[in-house]
Amino acid sequence: MSILLDENSKVIVQGFTGQIGTFHATEMIEYGTNIVGGVTPGKGGTKHLERPVFNTVKEAVEATGANASIIFVPPPFAADSIMEAADGGIKFCVAITDGIPSQDMIRVKRYMRRYREEDKMVLTGPNCAGSISPGKCMMGIMPGHIYMPGPVGVVGRSGTLGYEAAAQMKEVGIGISSSIGIGGDPINGTGFVDHLQYFEEDPDTKAVIMIGEIGGPQEVAAAQWAKDNMSKPVIGYIAGLTAPKGTRMGHAGAIISAVGDSAAEKVEILQECGVHVVPNPASFAPVVKEVLAKVS
Amino acid sequence: MDIHEYQAKEILSGYGVPFGAGGLAYSPEQASYRCTEIGGEVWVVKAQIHSGARGKAGGIKVCKTEDEVWAAADELLGKKLITHQTGPQGKVCHRLYIEEGCNIDREIYLAFVLDRAAERVTVVASAEGGMEIEQLAVEKPESIVKISVEPAVGMQAFQARELAFALGLEKSQINQAVTTFLGCYRAMRDLDANMVEINPLVVTKEGKIIAVDAKMSFDDNALFRHPNISELRDKSQEDPREMRASDRGLNYVGLDGNIGCIINGAGLAMASMDMIMHAGGKPANFLDIGGGASAERTAKAFNLVLSDDKVECILVNIFAGINRCDWIAEGVVQAVKQIELKVPLVVRLSGTNVEAGRKIIKDSGLPIISADTLQEAADKAVAAWKEATGK
Repeated sequence: MSILLDENSKVIVQGFTGQIGTFHATEMIEYGTNIVGGVTPGKGGTKHLERPVFNTVKEAVEATGANASIIFVPPPFAADSIMEAADGGIKFCVAITDGIPSQDMIRVKRYMRRYREEDKMVLTGPNCAGSISPGKCMMGIMPGHIYMPGPVGVVGRSGTLGYEAAAQMKEVGIGISSSIGIGGDPINGTGFVDHLQYFEEDPDTKAVIMIGEIGGPQEVAAAQWAKDNMSKPVIGYIAGLTAPKGTRMGHAGAIISAVGDSAAEKVEILQECGVHVVPNPASFAPVVKEVLAKVS
Repeated sequence: MDIHEYQAKEILSGYGVPFGAGGLAYSPEQASYRCTEIGGEVWVVKAQIHSGARGKAGGIKVCKTEDEVWAAADELLGKKLITHQTGPQGKVCHRLYIEEGCNIDREIYLAFVLDRAAERVTVVASAEGGMEIEQLAVEKPESIVKISVEPAVGMQAFQARELAFALGLEKSQINQAVTTFLGCYRAMRDLDANMVEINPLVVTKEGKIIAVDAKMSFDDNALFRHPNISELRDKSQEDPREMRASDRGLNYVGLDGNIGCIINGAGLAMASMDMIMHAGGKPANFLDIGGGASAERTAKAFNLVLSDDKVECILVNIFAGINRCDWIAEGVVQAVKQIELKVPLVVRLSGTNVEAGRKIIKDSGLPIISADTLQEAADKAVAAWKEATGK
């Protein structure tokens, strides 16, 4: 099994006909993702990549039965597209777009509180590389071939660092159940805690890797949650030991601005909570291997 | 994006936040002219740099005569001020703000911040003003009052009143305070600010409320819808290398090590820097060249990294997802030939088309050190740096 996306996911692409949307939709189709259509306002009724284009998400869901969406809409309009997906009945949404204003995301999060828990869309991102359940469904911009199916769940902020972990594990023959990108923005749709919970409930996931970085309270909150609620081992890494205070390191959210934001502080709390901390980003594979050996 | 105090005051006074009279000066003559314009008997000459704690660095001078103002302005203009926020390189003061002095009775700390945990705007205030919030949090945590703003409706007048009473303000000051608090909130919401800080907000001996300092920081991602705010950018306050990088669409942060880094993805960049540390070296910079790195972009990245003369070795680490290793390899080879690289170069490629990429590097005949894994890349970079410099 896997979490959030699998062979039953019927995916629409918002921002389907644009250059970026077209490129990645083609890659996802090649990987085997069931892309059932796309949304580009004003181009409804046409075809793109041999699939129908709709004006609105509601029309797309009605016509195709889509339950998942991936968003490539440019930053000024992306928050609006996320809310449209939530309102259109989409259950799982990946927002790839980088550069959405923070206040727009605050509005999105507030808007989504109008849905009952069971009707609420799960949003990952924005500013992420997407998610993948190897061999079943890819909703993202990652190189699909570096992911091998297996028992380890991955959740992380960074795209390329997630690739690094996946490639290291493939090298030693450890596969992944699902790899979820939550994105590098200060305010994201879902966070580490949400996905640790999904992985805890997934019978085929045996251990979870959490790839965090400097800035924000999420990694620490997740470690504390895991300590009290998880039976499965968590392997953690925090990027940015060398980052200076008050400087944004690429990701909008990667900035040490408060007590507890630095990598060293986070690592300390992770260890106190029983997370297996990877000493450096080149040793994901050996640590995971050791942890898995104890589980089975 | 940060702006200057005088710019923040101009914006906030449009939202009803009360300030004393003041004016900008680029020269000592202008500064002393401002005194006549403003009137009064006491003036404060304030260095305009993008940093807090200016007072401690000697950037704020209280003057009693026009001559004193002239002398203070003469000293501050062109001076490099070093605070704990600017780092050891400091920031040069090119503009001054001359403001009328006021009779301070009490000082209040007030800030509006984007609270990541609560995912909304939080108002932080303390009756113990004049100190920095970090210091307050450690020394007088019980004095800090917090109010959370519901994003659907924004800050309400009753919240502003609650805050004013909690800060122990007098009855006659409540309305002024409410106007000030709501004004700051509206400015933050309307203009996509990440932070508005008034430290201190002063109650004068005459019972008036005046914002003596003002700091605003804006969400870079929202600048597209605020062209008037983008115009306030002062490039003289930014690290010249970081500025050159951002003008070229690259994400660069200068550090003080010797190993230059060219990496795709922010997370992998931070991780590679951590690896260099583990291997016994120090990174010279953070540089994320982004997902779709072309040959041209790679060449720009090389020029940028080499513009830092502390760089004695370069590590290129690319995990190709959207892009392809062979394109990157060609970019690297072209760049090295163009700039006649004099420091050792370690290249690690992984991901899409990795074999083709490695072949291009190998066949180029250039003295490029190849690495297969992250571990190897960091080890080889540090070893090459040690060998080249004898350190």
